[in-house]
Amino acid sequence: MSIFDLTIAEAGKKLAAKEISAVELTTAYNDAVAALNPRLNAYITVTPELALTQAKAADARIAAGQAGPLTGIPLAMKDLFCTEGVRTTAASKILEPFIPPYESTVSAQLLAAGAVILGKANLDEFAMGSSNITSGYGPVENPWKRNGSDAKLVPGGSSGGSAAAVSARLALGATGTDTGGSIRQPAAFTGLAGIKPTYGRCSRYGIVAFASSLDQAGPMARNVEDCAILLNAMAGFDAKDSTSAERAVPDFTKALTKGVKGLRIGIPAEYRLEGTNPEILALWDKGIEWLQAQGAEIVEISLPHTKYGLAVYYIVAPAEASSNLARYDGVRFGARVDGVDLIDMYERTRAAGFGPEVKRRIMIGTYVLSHGYYDAYYLKAQKVRNLILRDFTNAFDKVDAILTPTAPSAAFGLGEKMDDPVTMYLNDVFTVPASLAGVPAMSVPAGLNAEGLPLGLQVIGKHFDEETVFAVSAAIERAAGFSALPDVRAK
Amino acid sequence: MSYMLEGRTGAWEVVVGLEIHAQVISQSKLFSGASATYGGAPNAHVSFVDAGFPGMLPVINQECVAQAVRTGLGLKAEINLFSRFDRKNYFYADLPNGYQISQFAHPIVGTGVVEIELQDGTLKNIGITRLHLEQDAGKSMHDQHASKSVIDLNRAGVALMEIVSEPDIRSPEEAGAYLRKIRQIVRYLGTCDGNMEEGSMRADVNVSVRKPGEEFRTRCEIKNVNSVRFVMHAVEAEALRQIEVWESGGEVVQETRLYDPSKGETRSMRSKEDAHDYRYFPEPDLLPLILEQEFVNALAAKLPELPDEKRRRFCEEYGIPFYDAGVLVADQATADFYETVAKGRDGKLTSNWMSGDFFAAMNRSGKSIENPPVSAADFGALLDLISDKTINGRIAKDVFEEMVETGKAPAAIVEEKGLRQVTDTGAIDDAVTKVLEANQDKVAEYKSGKDKLFGFFVGQVMKAMAGKGNPALVNEAVKKQLG
Amino acid sequence: MSLDAATVRRIAKLARIRVDDAEVETLRTELNAILGYVEQLGEVDVEGVEPLSGGAQMALRQRADVVTDGEIAEKILANAPDRNENFFAVPKVVE
Repeated sequence: MSIFDLTIAEAGKKLAAKEISAVELTTAYNDAVAALNPRLNAYITVTPELALTQAKAADARIAAGQAGPLTGIPLAMKDLFCTEGVRTTAASKILEPFIPPYESTVSAQLLAAGAVILGKANLDEFAMGSSNITSGYGPVENPWKRNGSDAKLVPGGSSGGSAAAVSARLALGATGTDTGGSIRQPAAFTGLAGIKPTYGRCSRYGIVAFASSLDQAGPMARNVEDCAILLNAMAGFDAKDSTSAERAVPDFTKALTKGVKGLRIGIPAEYRLEGTNPEILALWDKGIEWLQAQGAEIVEISLPHTKYGLAVYYIVAPAEASSNLARYDGVRFGARVDGVDLIDMYERTRAAGFGPEVKRRIMIGTYVLSHGYYDAYYLKAQKVRNLILRDFTNAFDKVDAILTPTAPSAAFGLGEKMDDPVTMYLNDVFTVPASLAGVPAMSVPAGLNAEGLPLGLQVIGKHFDEETVFAVSAAIERAAGFSALPDVRAK
Repeated sequence: MSYMLEGRTGAWEVVVGLEIHAQVISQSKLFSGASATYGGAPNAHVSFVDAGFPGMLPVINQECVAQAVRTGLGLKAEINLFSRFDRKNYFYADLPNGYQISQFAHPIVGTGVVEIELQDGTLKNIGITRLHLEQDAGKSMHDQHASKSVIDLNRAGVALMEIVSEPDIRSPEEAGAYLRKIRQIVRYLGTCDGNMEEGSMRADVNVSVRKPGEEFRTRCEIKNVNSVRFVMHAVEAEALRQIEVWESGGEVVQETRLYDPSKGETRSMRSKEDAHDYRYFPEPDLLPLILEQEFVNALAAKLPELPDEKRRRFCEEYGIPFYDAGVLVADQATADFYETVAKGRDGKLTSNWMSGDFFAAMNRSGKSIENPPVSAADFGALLDLISDKTINGRIAKDVFEEMVETGKAPAAIVEEKGLRQVTDTGAIDDAVTKVLEANQDKVAEYKSGKDKLFGFFVGQVMKAMAGKGNPALVNEAVKKQLG
Repeated sequence: MSLDAATVRRIAKLARIRVDDAEVETLRTELNAILGYVEQLGEVDVEGVEPLSGGAQMALRQRADVVTDGEIAEKILANAPDRNENFFAVPKVVE
């Protein structure tokens, strides 16, 4: 049994029992990162010394009997969370020199819980992408490979670095953010569990903003239980975030054993898309059987506006992003390219600092908000968004949770799906609606495809009912018995 | 008698609307906890939120909301229980986020009305279109360095109330009166200090011209005018400019301009292309602002008496003319001083004395109502001495001057200098007799019809009595003895 | 809604991103592809539907008027690409 086989829950117990020390655990992970990160590029910035300092402090707390479930647990922090004194880039060149003088609330809570941060995980630039290839610091290699193939695959995105780190065992868990699927889809591509909580469940303070009405922080880990432990520490009301919900955080780990007996699980007809990979559909059917076998009632439901989700998302998210990214102007922080006057400086700084996908989205966002187009695009999209929310609200009158596939395919190759932006956007077709409605949704690894790549199933719940989401996900996890591991990993 | 400008082709009417930006009096800023106080070392009153750092989020200040509601109530305006914030997107060095959080579609205050008074006493209503809350920008300075501009964000994020008037203003005088009235109202309410020199109140002036009876023509906006005088000059200068354009066969182009006081004219602001495409959309980092009616009612109940109400009450309660009351309520402190003195006394007497000798002394000595030339108590005591006829008005003036100079109480001065009024009719009769005897030729002239000489006799008697004669008794005695 | 090159340039100007001639054409194609995709929203009947903004539907929370922040000029300026004493410096702006 290698130290890398321990989950967060298991490691926590061993640390508390003093069978291993936090320093040991962190040292092992630091070494693993040093060995494998140059290849996988899961981390943009590694902080091994800082991690050791944190580990030592964790050991002191354990010795003093003040340990919690995350004390001494080494994590990857998506490089979208501002970490005080540690470079934060959002995977963009425009923030290359940025060292935040403040800590995000979510990372502060994890640090307060005694977690150890191994480094800042790679991502799509400004969280815009589904493959991590838009990162200004290079793509991330998915530790999973197709059977008998050496081809590099993408880990999904935008939290691709977080996903690769956890699945290659370069971290015990990771934080991600999810705006349209950026936790769930990479989790599915790398055989991990990952949850996007209800909008407002976790604070957005200190997270580099992409689309304010959609962004949510969430955990990614090897299993559902580890996610629950992480979410316990990440969630909670924050007065510094006006969209933060004033709701008590239940102990999500208690939901894991609730089971699904008597729960009504909705199966939305509209997620059975024409042309969806039959393996994905087959896995979905299996998931339905698993839940039925454990006592759940299966209900056919309709979410009629599902197919418009992507169109709504690709108007609303870029619109908000175009405004959120206006602050990157070379004046107060970040990189600057000089110009003959202020406007020239802005234009050159932003042209040099932003990658092509970010530019595209800023331009689309600017356009759909501009004079004469606001009503036809942005306003219309926000109305259709309301219809999508209503679809869920109506469905949740009849069911307690909804089961769907997470992604329309398994991890694809680096260099594939590059024909045009829209092809890449279609990766988010199953994840986007839950983001638009603000409801919690989790991806659980459920099986492998014929090529040996992981596939995930998505569980969607009511607003602030992460507990049911965890209960159903745990039931699927139990039935699926997913135990496959990627070839490339720390051992 | 409306204001018209004469052009080559005839008379032109001027149409003006004012957008006033008033900094809200509060401890901290609208969406951040940094200090909103004026001054401070560069970039000291700045939080990460104000500086637009990544991941920073706005949290609204409840006092700024209350101040906006109070101001709305003072403008007799509709308070909108539902309002919402929007982002106004544009790039400028003093705008850290690249957008300003403002209210576009749903402002916190709706339509209202403000009464202004012109020089000739006419009263006119100017409509208020709306009032909304928004962030102030930082300050960029272009003269600190040869090739660079420098930016101080202390002001960035301070709460502003933007008060928009209907285009009801028709002359520079009306514009000045309106601006002064708004200033008076917000100072009374304590929601803004109205200090235009320091920039806590600024006006954007929208000007257009038209031939009487026409629809509105194109207007231009003159930005950031920071004094009442300049607003009035700018209106005239811009109106004349526009008239010239129209009369030369040209068309006024809608644009943003600046008023240059040294030249007395307006000029176009550079590179404002696309400046109008602000791409407003609802601020996603904030939720709608919902106010309870109870909250508004509670603020209304505690609102101080407003200038117009106070003015009318002074007329009724103290029996003073409308004009005089207007002078006294110009600012709250003066009105309060007046009332302290006038309570339980002759309101008219008090008002006359304040408008006259008191203000004169205040201006001469460079003092203020907060640090007055005589205290309210002493001033009141002086008026009491007049009312109970201890001294007459003439003597009182001397006593007042002495009070201003020495700070002594009036009773003390009267005693020290023996200035008590003489009401002894015997003494008065004697003095009158002596004067009439010494001026028999004038008496004859009076009796043959030269009525004006009456005043001469009275004056001579007063002189003989060193001013201390009771004027009414002196008058009576003179009348009696002249027959 | 198809974009032409002039519109692409205008949007780039509004967004303060410098685009050279070569990029304009690529962007035009890509942006048109995206706009083409989102056109399908035209099919949806939104009669009587209010626009949504944010998943959590609560009223704005207000904070007390107390100074709790600021006096951190060094931290505010620490990341400045160009600093002039305690100011941010930018190329000169002429009004």
